[in-house]
Amino acid sequence: MNVLDFVNAFFSDGAHWQGYDGIPRRFWEHVQYSVLALAVAAAIGLPVGLLTGHTGRGGNALAFLANAARALPSFGLLVLAVLLIGFGLLPVMIPLVVLAVPPILVTTYEAVRSVDPAPVDAARGMGMHESRILFRVEVPVALPLILSGMRSAAIQIVSTATIAAYVSLGGLGRYIIDGLYQRDYEKVVGGATLVAFLALLTLALFWAAGRLAVSPGVRRR
Amino acid sequence: MIRIDSVTKRYPDGTVAVDRLSLDIPDRSITVLVGPSGCGKTTTLRMINRMVEPTEGTILIDGEDSRRQPVTTLRRSMGYVIQNAGLFQHRTIADNIATVPRLLGWGKQRARDRAAELMERVGLDPSLAGRYPYQLSGGQQQRVGVARALAADPPVLLMDEPFSAVDPVVRKGLQDELLRIQDELGKTIVFVTHDIDEAIKLGTMVAVLREGGRLAQYAPPAELLSRPADGFVEDFLGADRGIRRLSFFPSAALEPATDAVIPAGATAERIAATAAPHLLVTDAEGRPLGWAAREELTGGDVGTDRLLPYGRPFVPGVDSLRTALDSAVLSPTGWAVAVDGDGRVTGVVSQQTIGEAIRAAHTAAHTAGGAGTAGRAEDEKVAG
Repeated sequence: MNVLDFVNAFFSDGAHWQGYDGIPRRFWEHVQYSVLALAVAAAIGLPVGLLTGHTGRGGNALAFLANAARALPSFGLLVLAVLLIGFGLLPVMIPLVVLAVPPILVTTYEAVRSVDPAPVDAARGMGMHESRILFRVEVPVALPLILSGMRSAAIQIVSTATIAAYVSLGGLGRYIIDGLYQRDYEKVVGGATLVAFLALLTLALFWAAGRLAVSPGVRRR
Repeated sequence: MIRIDSVTKRYPDGTVAVDRLSLDIPDRSITVLVGPSGCGKTTTLRMINRMVEPTEGTILIDGEDSRRQPVTTLRRSMGYVIQNAGLFQHRTIADNIATVPRLLGWGKQRARDRAAELMERVGLDPSLAGRYPYQLSGGQQQRVGVARALAADPPVLLMDEPFSAVDPVVRKGLQDELLRIQDELGKTIVFVTHDIDEAIKLGTMVAVLREGGRLAQYAPPAELLSRPADGFVEDFLGADRGIRRLSFFPSAALEPATDAVIPAGATAERIAATAAPHLLVTDAEGRPLGWAAREELTGGDVGTDRLLPYGRPFVPGVDSLRTALDSAVLSPTGWAVAVDGDGRVTGVVSQQTIGEAIRAAHTAAHTAGGAGTAGRAEDEKVAG
């Protein structure tokens, strides 16, 4: 049997589409973990990135911290968190957030810092307050780059959130881990396919968000 | 009036950008700060709206220390135009122009109406209102920059090398437009440039700064050209300041001679009646066709292809003596062609006549300057 046969077999089995271990439920769980992790990471990464990018200060310290965070293995962090805190959603969120903050923070910082200084100077010279300069002049122009940082963070979260299954939580990782344990490769491939599909869906969502939120003057078409 | 009172800007590393500079900037006129790079002209401008805070000294706006009002209030009362315009690329042209009115809390419709009005004033097609900056040329963007600065009708306009990034033809158009707008609105404009020709063309008063932020000379442009304070100013003005100064002398006193002008197809008797060695041939409407040597003309039809070019005519009373002299120098016969507003020949003027007019103007300027009016008589700039 090849991979496509596995995929076909997994998705055509009606039993996989309902119940406690059904695709809709696991898919929804995975989406919830991912959205929560992305929201927490954005709540940390965006304000810090915007502020340091606007003032231009703290960039070096930021790059150091981000690289250090990137070096942490997600799985190791998960095991450590479970040992320290016990089972639950929180120890799963820790590695996912640690994974997602660096791309959001560093790209946001770079995005705001690389905004053409001339309009910023003009805005300041016209008597705009600093916060208005940041949100009305810098962010709209930096938005495509900020969104791209969010997008790569989201993709990484979606693929890494499978580790939640290791600590008895749900999500699409359930199929992969259970399938490996039961030597049910149809299940493994099915789970992996669903993760890939969710990643593509995430890409599509960010593309749509970019179309809606970025001004045509910045997109240049 | 803006009074810059012994202002110094010293940076933490010890660099002095502006050194005890004092300037009185008169209301409703264009004051140009000019000098080589590193002379502190931009720093001086940016101290007026407190984009840079002075280390020492004060800047008084209508007698009040500029530090006494909130910095955003101060800045909103002064239009600000920078090089490359600095437009907001995510906003439409109309929204860019409406920035300060919106900051001041104007309603959407009022701000939009104002933007439309200003686009017209700076010579922008109203159809551009919904476009984005990247869709406009550099010159159009700079017009938007000027419109944006004028949007809330501030009494003061600060312009930092606004026209230096556009090509010479567009720059001349923008300069002429600025002079026209200034005629209509009468703002107090402080204008920074490194281009001395731009300074002389636009300035009512010109402040020449030298390296280290010290004032070399502060004078009306005509006086700058006639009496540079020292070698630095003289060097900065360039080699042909005598010629450039002629821009400030009107050509109204020149009296064009008409006996050397003949219509095409004039009779032999008419030609024989003239004494001049060269004759200017005109068409039926009186527009110039070209020069011909008198002995070559035998009356009747002249082949226009045999005529010598007549150069570039000038309009007496509208153009300056500089344009008149240029016209005479360009003409192969040494005679300048004078035309009226419709391009019809009113006569011809010799280099010698122009030379006499220049001498007379110098004498008049010298007398006026000696009487202590600081050359105000020459101040009214002549177009061209």
